[in-house]
Amino acid sequence: MTQLQEVTVDELKHLVSDRAIQGETVLLNMGPQHPATHGVLRLLLELDGEIVVNCIPDIGYLHTGIEKNMEAKTYQKAEVMTDRLDYLNTVGNNLAYCMAVEKLVDLDVPPRAQAIRVILTELQRIASHLVWIGTHALDLAAMSMFMYAFREREIILDIFELVSGQRMMTTYFRPGGVWRDVPVEFEAAVRNFIKLFPKRIDEYEALLTKNPLLLDRLLGIGVLTKETALSHGVTGPILRASGVNWDLRKARPYMGYEQYEFNVPVRSEGDNYARYLVRVQEMRESLKIVEQALDKLPMGPVRSDNRKFVPPPRSEIGVSMEALIHHFKLWTEGFDAPNASIYSAVEGPRGELGVFLEGDGGPKPRRVHMRTPSFDNLGVLPEIAKGHLVADLIAIIGSIDFVLGDIDR
Amino acid sequence: MGVEQKLGDMGIVTTTLEQMVNWARTRAMWPMLFGLACCAIEMMSAQAANYDMSRFGMELMRASPRQSDLMIVAGRVSKKMGPVLRRLYDQMPEPKWVIAMGDCASCGGVFNNYAIYQGVDEVVPVDVYVAGCPPRPESLIHAVVTLYEKVQTEKFKDAAKA
Repeated sequence: MTQLQEVTVDELKHLVSDRAIQGETVLLNMGPQHPATHGVLRLLLELDGEIVVNCIPDIGYLHTGIEKNMEAKTYQKAEVMTDRLDYLNTVGNNLAYCMAVEKLVDLDVPPRAQAIRVILTELQRIASHLVWIGTHALDLAAMSMFMYAFREREIILDIFELVSGQRMMTTYFRPGGVWRDVPVEFEAAVRNFIKLFPKRIDEYEALLTKNPLLLDRLLGIGVLTKETALSHGVTGPILRASGVNWDLRKARPYMGYEQYEFNVPVRSEGDNYARYLVRVQEMRESLKIVEQALDKLPMGPVRSDNRKFVPPPRSEIGVSMEALIHHFKLWTEGFDAPNASIYSAVEGPRGELGVFLEGDGGPKPRRVHMRTPSFDNLGVLPEIAKGHLVADLIAIIGSIDFVLGDIDR
Repeated sequence: MGVEQKLGDMGIVTTTLEQMVNWARTRAMWPMLFGLACCAIEMMSAQAANYDMSRFGMELMRASPRQSDLMIVAGRVSKKMGPVLRRLYDQMPEPKWVIAMGDCASCGGVFNNYAIYQGVDEVVPVDVYVAGCPPRPESLIHAVVTLYEKVQTEKFKDAAKA
């Protein structure tokens, strides 16, 4: 195992200001083990008293080599890795990857599978925002909010477990559809959540939205201007809280999002409070989409019947020779994708999650690259943290809502 | 249990110092608040209302290694994180225990590649391994109870030797 190395101040010259070298300001190390950095982010802070002069993120403590690992697996098997990318948006990662594979090999998805995908990704968006609201409020000393948020999150995880057998890493979406049809209990479980959840959001808002302790930490703190946001490639709720109406579900509809009615919450202030309001409102909008998709849920197959890419149902294997051959070929060799490269993106809870996929004519990708929202969103942290107190930095980190697995990959 | 039952009415319990110290250690174990990856989210679930780890005397997560005696390695350990993890472990006061939560911390899990330690036992000694990707909160609670059983049987003379 390599040892930790001591770094002298001289080696940091290119990162910090001259005042730090002369000893006027203090250099402080925050993380990688710090409860408020939401993972293993390390920040090198240059402080003048309690004011942040400079904030330098050091990432890579969770570098997992996911992209490289995916090159060694066939297209179906590589999907398992995408779950572990942004672990608060597992279903959304699957969707982004499956859509990329479908685009690469030109595969259709039946309408029922599309609607199921929409329901589950929107539930995942709510679950992700629940973790955000719980931990963000916990950082700002509202302990009970954490308990309430996780209580509701468990209901969503139970729905995931119902359809896929796993709470978090579902891998339920597959190229060409979903693994199997949803069980009969699915509709009742989702309806129960739709009925219960609006009241719970009202409860959260009663606790937090006008809470003076919270307002002190959020209002006017960490203002991100529209120009800075656009120049750093920021996406997601943070961008929309800075006054840019950009949501891929509206701008580039996929999976039949164009047939659902929902609003994209936009605020123009760009501060922590605007980001808070946008996310809370997004939870309500997501619930609307879930309800519409469930009402309209069409009957029919949930997997494409293109046997060159999608394995046949198990019931066919015993009676059809061709089905057996297809099954065997797909699970031993995989399917060949053309020698081409594509990019496909979805709107995740944190912003634009894009997958760049390059095939080499064989069953394994030549290159997989993820354009992850957290990575780009972290880029603005040094910009908006400058001039604030260390305590406000905690609130800013919470309101950016990044996931380190998403940044480091 | 013979003598304890007879003396119970008198408000007196006889036991060995060893047993009593071990009992006290299991009933107030302070884990370090330290999440690495996906498993940390399930660890948070285990702390939250539905699974409520405070039933096992563990509601107090310490953010500082110097105040904690249990390290739950929740997630994959990268080559960059390994030395940091070791330093945190060294900063914890004795006696200390380690739970390797999840497949990645136990054996590398699905990530058999250049970036990830194939098991956190390459970096720190591990007492309990938890299988699952990620393990359910019940699994983590079971691991904690298993660790309690181990602590309950520890001998002073072994600690003195180490």
